Amino acid sequence: MQIHPILAALRRHRLATLLIAMEVALACAVLCNACFMIANRIALMHVESGVDETSLATVQLTGYEDSHAVDLNARVLSGLRSIPGMQSVTVLNSIPFGARRGTAGITLDAAAQHFGGVVEFYVGGPGSLQALGVHVIAGRGPQADDFQAFTGLMPSDASVQITHSLAEHLWPGVDPLGKEFWLDKMHYRVVGVIDHLVRPDPPGWPENSKDWSIFVPAQPGKLLAGSYLLRADPRDVPRVLRDARAMIAKVAPDAVFDQEGSQTLSDLRATCFRQDRAMAGILVGVIVALLLVTALGIVGLASFWVQQRRRQIGIRRAIGATRGDILRYFQTENFLIVSFGIALGMVLAFALNVMLMKFYELPHLPLYYLPIGALVLWALGQLAVLGPALRAAAVPPVVATRSV
Amino acid sequence: MFGYYLDLALRSLRRNKMLTALMVLAIALGIGASMTTLTVLHVLSGDPLPGRSDKLYYAQLDPQDMKGMDSSKEPPEQVTLIDGLNLLHAGRADHQALMTGGSVPVQPEQSSLDPFYVEARYTTADFFGMFDVPFLYGQGWTAAEGEAKVREVVIAKSLNDKLFDGANSVGRTLRMAGTSFRIVGVLDSWQPNPHFYDLNTGSYAYGEEVFLPLQTMLELRLDRGGSTDCWGNGGGGVGNILPSNDCVWLQFWTQLDSPAKAAAYQEFLVHYSLDQKALGRFQRAPNVRLRNVMQWLDYNKVVPSDVRLQNGLAFGFLLVCLVNTVGLMLAKFMRRASELGVRRALGASRRALFAQLLIESGVVGLVGGVGGLLLAMFGLWLVRQRPSDYAALAHLDLSMLFITFVLAVLATLLAGLLPAWRACQIAPALQLKSN
Repeated sequence: MQIHPILAALRRHRLATLLIAMEVALACAVLCNACFMIANRIALMHVESGVDETSLATVQLTGYEDSHAVDLNARVLSGLRSIPGMQSVTVLNSIPFGARRGTAGITLDAAAQHFGGVVEFYVGGPGSLQALGVHVIAGRGPQADDFQAFTGLMPSDASVQITHSLAEHLWPGVDPLGKEFWLDKMHYRVVGVIDHLVRPDPPGWPENSKDWSIFVPAQPGKLLAGSYLLRADPRDVPRVLRDARAMIAKVAPDAVFDQEGSQTLSDLRATCFRQDRAMAGILVGVIVALLLVTALGIVGLASFWVQQRRRQIGIRRAIGATRGDILRYFQTENFLIVSFGIALGMVLAFALNVMLMKFYELPHLPLYYLPIGALVLWALGQLAVLGPALRAAAVPPVVATRSV
Repeated sequence: MFGYYLDLALRSLRRNKMLTALMVLAIALGIGASMTTLTVLHVLSGDPLPGRSDKLYYAQLDPQDMKGMDSSKEPPEQVTLIDGLNLLHAGRADHQALMTGGSVPVQPEQSSLDPFYVEARYTTADFFGMFDVPFLYGQGWTAAEGEAKVREVVIAKSLNDKLFDGANSVGRTLRMAGTSFRIVGVLDSWQPNPHFYDLNTGSYAYGEEVFLPLQTMLELRLDRGGSTDCWGNGGGGVGNILPSNDCVWLQFWTQLDSPAKAAAYQEFLVHYSLDQKALGRFQRAPNVRLRNVMQWLDYNKVVPSDVRLQNGLAFGFLLVCLVNTVGLMLAKFMRRASELGVRRALGASRRALFAQLLIESGVVGLVGGVGGLLLAMFGLWLVRQRPSDYAALAHLDLSMLFITFVLAVLATLLAGLLPAWRACQIAPALQLKSN
C-alpha cells in the first residue's frame, strides 16, 4: 500500500482532514481523562475498611434521657443478644461508613506544641474491637481491665490500639508500641497496632488519611450508649437487623429508633459512596456519547468522500485496482487521520489533566492511559470507516466511463 | 428573500436525510447534555432570597487565642454565644438575628402518632422579618417575648399539615422535649435554596419545621446540631452543657439597607473587636468580615465540585459535537458545489450564497435545539432520580428554556460559518465545466 497518493489526496482536503483529526484529538483527551477519573472514583469506592462488613450491622438510638443511658444499654444489650443467630452485640460510638462521633486533633506532647493530625476515635465497649474483625498486627488487643468507666467525652487516660497508617504518620519508621499522645489534657498510650480501620466518613478525607483511626476501650455508660454494633453470620445479617428493630420497640420504647442510621454495614457503605457511583456512571455516559458522536462524524465525512470520488474509484478499478485495494485505501486514509488526531489528543489529554488537577484532587494522568486511548480510537475509526469503505469498494469500474 | 432561502434550506435538508439527521443528532446531544448540567448549576448557584440577598450580611469576628495565628487567615465561620448576644444587644444594624440549629422530639397529642424528631431553628425575633418569611397564620414572637424566654413556637406548613390537618393551629399547644409550647405562627411553604443562613445543615433541600426563641433554647438546653469549633481550653457542648465562650457555634445575620450602613457596620465590628481586646477577651488584632448572602455562598463554595466538573464535561462534549457538525456541514455544502456554482453564474453574490447557507445551518440548529430540549428534560429527569440532596431541585425554568434555543442556534451558526465561507470560495466556472 502506498501512502504517498493518500497524503496527496488529503492535502487537497486539508479542512475536512483537520476537522476529523480535531474531533479525534478532543475525544482522545476527554476519553483518557474521563477513564482516569472513573478509575479514581472506583478506587475511592473500594477503600479497605479493615472490618468484616458483610457480618456487621448497627442499631442507632436517640431521644432517650442521658440519665437513663446506663439502664437503656443494659436493656438493649440483653434484648438484642437474645435474638436467634446474633453472634455479638457491643457498644461502639462511631461506625465505619456510619455515625461519626469522635473526630479530634491530637498532639504528640503534653504541652500541645506538636500537632499530630485529625484522627477518628472509636470508643468501644468490651468485645467491640473483636466484633469489628480487625487484625492486630503488633502489640496486643484490649484486655479486660483496659475498659474503664469515664465521665467526659471518653476515658482521659487509656491504653489504645491505632492503625498502621496512623502509626507511620505519627512516628515514621519507629516502633509505635509504648508511644504516647494527647488530646488536650487527655493522655493515651499505644499498646497495639491494627492493620486497617477506616474512618466513618472516608470520602471526605485525603487518600493517605482515610485510615487514621484509634480504638479507645471504655465501659459503656452515660456518654457511651445508643450506638450498637451487631455481628451475625452474613446470611443472617438483614434478618437479624429486622428482628433488632422489633426488639427495640419492645425493650426500649422510650428511645427513638434511627431508621437512617441503623443499617447493615454493606448498606451504609453503598450509601456512603453513592455520589461517587453516580459520578462514575455519568462519566461512562459521557464516554459512550462522545465515542458515538465521533464515530458518526467519521461515517458522515467518509461517506461524503466516497461519493465525491466515485469517478476516481471507478477509474482506479478500471485500470486494475482490486476491491481490496480500494477498501484498504480508505482504511489507511482513516488510520492516518486518526493517528494525527491521537498525536494531537495526547498533548490535549495532558493539558486537560493539568487543568483538572488545579481544580480537583486528582493525581497525574498515568502514561499507560495514552496508548489505551489510542487503541480505542484506532479501533473506533476503523469500525466507523468500514461501512463507507465497503460502499467505495463496491463501485463498479464502469463508472469511469460515465460522466456523473 | 429570507422565505426563499428558508425554502431552499428545507429542500436541501430533505434531499440528504441521513446527513441532516446526523447533524441534528449531534447538536441535540451536545445541547441536551450541556443544558442539563447548566440547569443544575443554575439552580444550585441561584439567589436564595432574590431582591433581599444584597441587604443581608453575615458577620464574622476573630475571638481566638494567639495560638496558630496567621493574619492572612479567615476568622471563624460562626460566633460565640457572648459575642452574638453582645452584637444583638448593641442593635447597630437595621435588623439582626442570632441563631443556631438542632433537632427536638415532638410528642403529639394524638395517640395515633409516635413521637418523632423535627429539625429546629433557635433564633432571635428578627429572623422572620429579615428573611421575609411568609406566614400562613399568626406571626413570630417579639424581641421582648424572646428575652422573656417564652414557650412559644412557630411551625412550618408541613408540620401543621401533619399534626393539625392544615387547620389554623395558632393558640394551640405543641409538646416538645417534655415542655409545652404555644403555637404563635404557622409558616407558608418556605425553603430557601441554598440553605444560606446555616450551611452546616447541608446546603440544599433542607428546612426546619419548628422555630423557637434562642433564649428559650438556652434555658431549656435543647439539643443542638451543626458544628462547634473550640480553641484553647474551650469545650463543653456535650449533652446539657452549652459550649464555652471559647467555642463558636452560632450564626449572626444582619440586615443593612444601604452600602454606607454596611461600611459603618464593618467599622463597628472592628471597634467591637478592639473593645474586647482592651477588655482582655480578644487577643488578636481585629479580623472581621461582613459578607452579603451571595458573597457568603461563594466563600463557602456551596456548589458541589462534582456539578462544576459535570458542567465542564458537558461543554467539552458540546465542543466535540460542534466540530463534528462543522465537518458534516462542510461535506454537505461542498457536495452542492455545482448547484452553488450555477447560482453564482446566474448572478447571485457571494454574500447571498453565504446568507443562504447560514440560514440552512440555523434551521439545523433550531431543530437540534428542539431535540436538545427534549434530551435536557430527559437528562434532568435522570438527575432527579439521583440520591443527591439537590436532586429534587433540578427543573428547567423559562430563562433556561430560552437559553437552550439561543445556544443551539448560535452554536450551529458558528459551526456553519467556516463551511459556508469555504463553499462561497468556489469558482463558478470550474463547477459548471466539470459537469
